[in-house]
Amino acid sequence: MNKVIEEKANINVNQKTRETNGNQEGTVEKTNSIIEVNDLNLWYGSDQALYEVSMDVPQEQVTAIIGPSGCGKSTFLKTLNRMVEMVPIVKTSGSIKYRDQDIFSSKYKQEYLRTKVGMVFQKPNPFPKSVYDNVAYGPRIHGIKKKEVLDQIVEKSLKGAAIWDELKDRLHENAYGLSGGQQQRVCIARALAVEPDVILMDEPTSALDPISTAKVEELVQELKQKYSIIIVTHNMQQAARISDKTAFFLNGELIEFANTDDLFQNPQDKRTEDYITGRFG
Amino acid sequence: MLGQNEQSIKKRMEARVAANKVLMVLFGLATAVGLVFLVLLFYRVLTQGIGYLSLDYILNFPAPYPDKAGIYAGLIGSVFLMIIVATFSVIIGVATAIYLEEYAPQNKFTDFIRVNIQNLAGVPSIVFGLLGLTFFVYMFNFGYTLIAGGLTMALLILPVIVVAAQEAIRSVPAEIKEASYGMGATKWQTIARVILPASIPGILTGAIIALSRAIGETAPLIIVGAATAIYSLPNSLLAKYTVMPIQIYNWTGRPQEEWQYVAGAGIIVLLAVLLLMNSIAVLIRNKYQRRL
Amino acid sequence: MDKGLQSEGKMIDVQEMIENNKKKTSIGERIEKIIPFFLLLCAGVSVLTTVGILFTLLRESIGFFSEVSIVEFYTGTSWSPWSGKYGIAPLIGGTLLITLIATLVAVPLGLMAAIFLSEYANDKVRRVIKPVLEVLAGIPTVVYGYFALTFITPLFQTFIPDMGIFNALSGGFVVGIMIIPMVASLSEDAMNSVPNALREGAYGLGATKLEVVFKVVLPAALSGIIASIVLAISRAIGETMIVTIAAGATPNLTFNPTESIQTMTAFIVQAATGDTTFGSTIYYSLYAVGMTLFVFTLVMNLIAQYISRKFREEY
Repeated sequence: MNKVIEEKANINVNQKTRETNGNQEGTVEKTNSIIEVNDLNLWYGSDQALYEVSMDVPQEQVTAIIGPSGCGKSTFLKTLNRMVEMVPIVKTSGSIKYRDQDIFSSKYKQEYLRTKVGMVFQKPNPFPKSVYDNVAYGPRIHGIKKKEVLDQIVEKSLKGAAIWDELKDRLHENAYGLSGGQQQRVCIARALAVEPDVILMDEPTSALDPISTAKVEELVQELKQKYSIIIVTHNMQQAARISDKTAFFLNGELIEFANTDDLFQNPQDKRTEDYITGRFG
Repeated sequence: MLGQNEQSIKKRMEARVAANKVLMVLFGLATAVGLVFLVLLFYRVLTQGIGYLSLDYILNFPAPYPDKAGIYAGLIGSVFLMIIVATFSVIIGVATAIYLEEYAPQNKFTDFIRVNIQNLAGVPSIVFGLLGLTFFVYMFNFGYTLIAGGLTMALLILPVIVVAAQEAIRSVPAEIKEASYGMGATKWQTIARVILPASIPGILTGAIIALSRAIGETAPLIIVGAATAIYSLPNSLLAKYTVMPIQIYNWTGRPQEEWQYVAGAGIIVLLAVLLLMNSIAVLIRNKYQRRL
Repeated sequence: MDKGLQSEGKMIDVQEMIENNKKKTSIGERIEKIIPFFLLLCAGVSVLTTVGILFTLLRESIGFFSEVSIVEFYTGTSWSPWSGKYGIAPLIGGTLLITLIATLVAVPLGLMAAIFLSEYANDKVRRVIKPVLEVLAGIPTVVYGYFALTFITPLFQTFIPDMGIFNALSGGFVVGIMIIPMVASLSEDAMNSVPNALREGAYGLGATKLEVVFKVVLPAALSGIIASIVLAISRAIGETMIVTIAAGATPNLTFNPTESIQTMTAFIVQAATGDTTFGSTIYYSLYAVGMTLFVFTLVMNLIAQYISRKFREEY
């Protein structure tokens, strides 16, 4: 079933991608877009938060979203897995396609989307349960109950989040007892456990100390081998360090979207230039 | 001129400071009055009842002679009653709280349920007795039985449990709910696997406090016909029963002085049960507070 | 089919398992839809309770008023149901007398305790005293009744020798003790929520603590304090066991606190414990009295809610 979708996606290759191959070792496949956003508008009640955003998120790359606070970057991120709709007054128009399927379609299940498009939040938010139960949460709610299978998934996910060695003897301790950095990596492991396609990260290091931040950044680099990552950050250096592509948002509009190096070295828009040179924000 | 003025200011100042001190002492004493009566009450109950308190007293059925009478039927009856009350009120109360906090749309009907619960909490307990008399005793034809008393009491403490459960559910951080939804969990999965486990300590504490109110309640049970003296334990939901407060009330009302001591002993047992319940609630609360 | 897994040569594919489990989720989906209805049903129980209370009070009262005229009920001054006299005035009088005595005890003591705890006591003292004071509210009323009858009444009799065993004074007094924590706790909450900036303003002008209390804190917290008093009064009106045990069973339209009286609640207990036959006039009178009691407390509670809602808007 997945194959069919992938093939469909291939037909669509690069139709709308504004960028040609960037600085990547760039095979054609790498520039396939996994999420296509078209003319997205979003309102909180009568306040419009996003204006006509169109953007194709590339597969197996790190896409950073930067912009001053309140520019709509977190809102945009949360729209991609429809978490934004937890606020009941939200309305949207336009379309978002994940692997060519309209995620706003009434036939498309939010719950299904979120197993494909996982999320890591700004503040580490483990459940008040053991490390094991945290990581096994996703597989369990989707009906995986066998202990041997769960054991494997937990180990693999914690390894994937580069925290297995630290925690393998503490799997049954409450996750609240871990340090902030460890908590955040457990949260990443939790997101990995259902093996999503895309991982959304909403300023995942803003609550962490520099050492933990470095570890998470390193991890992001590793994860992009397997996952498409979209990361919101208010830290431009971070975006420059870890991302392949960068999108700059201002006042709910996507101002510029380009290869990270290009965007930082040679911004096309005056406002982008002002922002990255620190003139505002 | 200036000196005089200064002197009068100084004098007035001293008076103001003195008034402050005097009233502070008065306020402190007023606070102490409540505490003094609390101590007096405990002292009185202990000195009156301790002489009659014995293992026999706890294991004896009521008897026509003060030195043979015991609280066994009341103690066990109270326990049975509490099991019924807890079953109904906790299930319905927690379900109501989940509905109000997680599902209820913002509309007039939801507001109505909220205000209604607030008002129910202020209805005198004896009115609940009349409700139970009409519905459980006569209309449902349960008669003066354990189940009629249990259901009446369950409705009485329902508002307390709903409010406690609502607070517990509300105090679950939004971040961990988001985490669950972010994993693709459905609403009910999130409630059952994240919200409820995290709010169980708060719900338990509230439920125990509500039950400790129910275990000391007397008036509604008099109306729905708890027996004053029974000589066997209730063996079914439709059996006659008595509870500790009813026995205490009955003994208190007797003219011979010895019965006051019997009642005093009963009060000691009742207060001991209450103390036990509240200690458990405090223990749960402390453990919970340390963790979050 | 999914990348990564294959490259690792892994034997499990979580997404595939999820995919397979999805077939089973139709049951899950049904649960997801049924649960809100079940919860709504449970939430309906509290509504049904209110409806049930109103229904039973109204229906049985109407039954009662078909035998005893409503005018006689509310204007008559003699309550003696066993000889067919149904004028509720003595019961209301008894209730009000008890409530008045209780209020006179609880309001000054409770307010002073609230001022002490909120303004004078340090954190440590407050953290000990407040819960201990609240123990007073958790003691079963039958215990208070016992205390009133066997301790307070004999105590008062040493000062007022010709007072009877059953009297309004000790009943009302002990009801007052019981509701102290209500007044104290809720008033203290109201005083605590007065912003410190207001106090500091007054201290800056050289006011003493006492002046700050009376000129700043009390006026600012007034509606919260009044709400707490109204709630406490409502509690006193509905109180049953203390007055049943200690205040007697003599429907007596008097304002002499040393006499035995009967409250509305005490009558309900008395009639329910006696041999009242189902369907008799006395049986119905239980509900007419209960209805009157219910209206009294409901009005009090609504007033308290109205005041505290206004109070919340202030800050």
